[in-house]
Amino acid sequence: MASKNNTDIKSLVIRVCVGTGGLAAGSQEVIDEFTKLLKKKGVRAEVLKKCVNKTGCRGFCAKDVLADVIVDGISHTYQLLTAENVARIVEEHIVGGEPVEQWLVGPEYHAFHDKQTKILLHECGHIDPEDINAYTEIGGYNGARKALTMKPENIIAQIKDSGLRGRGGAGFPTGLKWEFCRNADSDQKYIICNADEGDPGAFMDRSIIEGNPHSVIEGMIISGYAIGASFGYIYIRAEYPLAIERLKIALSEARSNGFLGKGIFNSDFDFELKIKEGAGAFICGEETALIASIEGKRGMPRSKPPFPAHKGLLGKPTVINNVETLATLPSIMTKGAKWFSSIGTEKSKGTKVFALTGKIKNTGLIEVPMGISLKEIIYDIGGGMEKKNRTLKAVQTGGPSGGCIPAANIDMPVDYESLAAAGSMMGSGGMVVMDDLTCMVDMSKFFLTFTANESCGKCVPCRVGTKRMLEILTRITEGKGKSSDIDLLLELGKDIKLASLCGLGQSAPNPVLSTLHYFRDEYEAHINEGICPAGVCKSLRRYTVSDEACKMCGKCKTVCPSDAVTWEKKQKAVISKEKCIKCGACYEACPFNAIL
Amino acid sequence: MSDNTINIKMNGVAVQCGLEDTILTASKKAGIRIPTLCHDDRLEPYGGCRLCIVEVNGGMRPLPACTTPVAEGMEIRTETEDVRKIRKSVIALLLSNHPNDCMRCESTGDCTLQDLSYEYEVDGSQYEGEKCELPVRDDNPFITFEPTKCILCGRCVRICNEVVMAGTIDFNGRGFDTIPDTAFGKPRSLDNCEFCGQCVSTCPTGALTDKKARGKGRAHEMKKVRTTCSYCGTGCNFDLNVKDGEVVKVTSAYDAPVNHGNLCVKGRYGYDFIHSDERITTPLIKKGNKYIEATWDEALEYCARRFSDIIKKHGKETVGGFSSSRCSNEENFLLSKFVRTVFKTNNVDNCARV
Repeated sequence: MASKNNTDIKSLVIRVCVGTGGLAAGSQEVIDEFTKLLKKKGVRAEVLKKCVNKTGCRGFCAKDVLADVIVDGISHTYQLLTAENVARIVEEHIVGGEPVEQWLVGPEYHAFHDKQTKILLHECGHIDPEDINAYTEIGGYNGARKALTMKPENIIAQIKDSGLRGRGGAGFPTGLKWEFCRNADSDQKYIICNADEGDPGAFMDRSIIEGNPHSVIEGMIISGYAIGASFGYIYIRAEYPLAIERLKIALSEARSNGFLGKGIFNSDFDFELKIKEGAGAFICGEETALIASIEGKRGMPRSKPPFPAHKGLLGKPTVINNVETLATLPSIMTKGAKWFSSIGTEKSKGTKVFALTGKIKNTGLIEVPMGISLKEIIYDIGGGMEKKNRTLKAVQTGGPSGGCIPAANIDMPVDYESLAAAGSMMGSGGMVVMDDLTCMVDMSKFFLTFTANESCGKCVPCRVGTKRMLEILTRITEGKGKSSDIDLLLELGKDIKLASLCGLGQSAPNPVLSTLHYFRDEYEAHINEGICPAGVCKSLRRYTVSDEACKMCGKCKTVCPSDAVTWEKKQKAVISKEKCIKCGACYEACPFNAIL
Repeated sequence: MSDNTINIKMNGVAVQCGLEDTILTASKKAGIRIPTLCHDDRLEPYGGCRLCIVEVNGGMRPLPACTTPVAEGMEIRTETEDVRKIRKSVIALLLSNHPNDCMRCESTGDCTLQDLSYEYEVDGSQYEGEKCELPVRDDNPFITFEPTKCILCGRCVRICNEVVMAGTIDFNGRGFDTIPDTAFGKPRSLDNCEFCGQCVSTCPTGALTDKKARGKGRAHEMKKVRTTCSYCGTGCNFDLNVKDGEVVKVTSAYDAPVNHGNLCVKGRYGYDFIHSDERITTPLIKKGNKYIEATWDEALEYCARRFSDIIKKHGKETVGGFSSSRCSNEENFLLSKFVRTVFKTNNVDNCARV
């Protein structure tokens, strides 16, 4: 395709991220602007539709809106685009042939991608998620097609050989789970996709569904056939409207292509899928609570055994797999178990997607081989700390039920066993990087607030125990901690882990226990000395004026809302401890950093 | 050895149990007591209170006895130091959100939480913090609900949904703020509640109590008189709770052969007539517009005469006998026999047909 002014251009493709992150950053406006201006500039209308492609999330959310402008096969990627930038790109790059250097991605974009191994996210950001042909053109549904020619037992053997373990958090071997269900005697079995992604900050499942929904559907066909289930549910939280929309489109396209319904792929296997929207309870990510929710009951877990593979949905054998697990299956089917098990460590095979957030330069979604070190993730992919003068303190993995790994341990490999040994967990793949300005007590309090709120209320240790832990943490951060509190937290945490009914309670104390293990001195400083070493806990802040730094400007007095600052011209300011409400206004207002 | 037998060891003692047994039901067969709060034999196992957790060989963590099925070769220990410590912790947490006002609580002496607190020597005082402060729900004629005493064992919710199938109450809210309640917190009324009091019968604390019996005596003061309900033909057994010659409450035990402790509103709460001033104690014969007290001889003679007159004048098909489900089988049989042989008619019926 050629523009009117530059006849040398033979093809032009523009790919714009339209994941939730991209859309929030304004990618629809960018697409509209490109479409409008290209038309205005005389790019032929009949090819325009294909010219600007919508694609799913490519993971580098910190720099959204991201767009590839590919002229004659030469790609340039722009970052942080808004609709206003588009005119200049069209004028100088597409028409003029000179890319706009200042808006192009920098070395961190390449660094972000270079150390990643993308299996699941490979197509996300490259194909149109709303077009089944885009998926089939790159070999989509070949895995399912192949599976349907195999004996279910052989598929299960292949998955077992691959070493794939559940990506929802617990890491149970997928093939083994299938085998339990396959061997259970029943007239009806079910496969359920767990897309009730609830960890704060985790969005890998959402991005996979938004970017490549067919990979999940294909995974469900493979697992459904392997366990002998003719019906499946996709349980997805209602807070993911874009993912639901794309799933609906994908399901309808799969149906009209004969990939779902009666006798799929011209075989004698019937398979149908239904979307069930969750109503926003974190606990419904727990498999037995999820089943209760599908059955129309209150989303509360029940004790295991019996496990869902024996007694699941409506009392029938059921396999529940996470989105990431299911989306991995097509490539294991086409490329083989050996290929998959060649990636990763001895016990943790393949890749894992993490949502990298916190005080780090490159935040976003990353996919890395199991066994990569935390150090590589933080410094190579993540680009190091967000602020140059700050140092790494700890990494929190595994979401609200995970634990903290201190900076000293970041050479450790990221796999199921190592993370558990360090007092944390793989979880669904949340990874929060913390710098030296993070208070570990405050951080634990944050996560405990989440789990205490999301406890379903069924079992005593979780319902009352997390509440009491939270109250103890709160009083420590308010300077009211008692010397017995650390022991009480340790005892209570241990009992909650042992006695709780489901995974939520059994892991809820992890943030507290792991920080008590690695950062006990911070707790002690709060309790014994009334100091928050990181300066985060408001009640423990004491604002004083440095005599050396104070330039006697009086700004602090003008901003103080509680009349706590005494100051007169040519005199240094003094802050009254009694009157100070610790709002921090003076600290922020002081131009000379004289308030400490 | 039959295929349906599972052999386990509990506290070192060999126990034979069936395929359907849980650790808890097996423990009962073995005569070993495992403490529970959320368990009721009438209900599906729940696993919420975590008091029944026991150690099972090879298990990564202690398991709840009530929901865990037995498996061949299981070795179970019910009273280890670790298990007792966890139970203490659970009871302490429950008591940390409880008014602990046993001195004036309606259920003192008949409260599992109180018994366990005593047995495990805990009071929850190590935890300060928020307690449930919801007001007493006194909005229906039979049941008093004190949310502050609720331990969320879910027995009331489950008996209402699993046994009665009335669906009056379910859990509302989440986490610490969860509470069993009616839909939208509406008062219990005939619109949403059968007033069967099954919820009261299963509550292990003083959260749900029989309103009519409040303040009328402690459990240990009651003499329990086992009797059969006189309201219908089902034949439920219950215990009249008698204090100082007065029936103040009705309870029913699980060993009641017909009803296993379940009762309906009539059986549980319909006992006011026993001590009612309006209760008829002699036969009455209507003369003019007034009922006049009579002796049994007078009444029977009057009935015999009137029946004979009517049959003579209008024929045997104009009379019949209609008996009550509140009568025993024998009484109903006698009435039927009497009508057929004396009246010589088959006009016999019973209110149970309604």
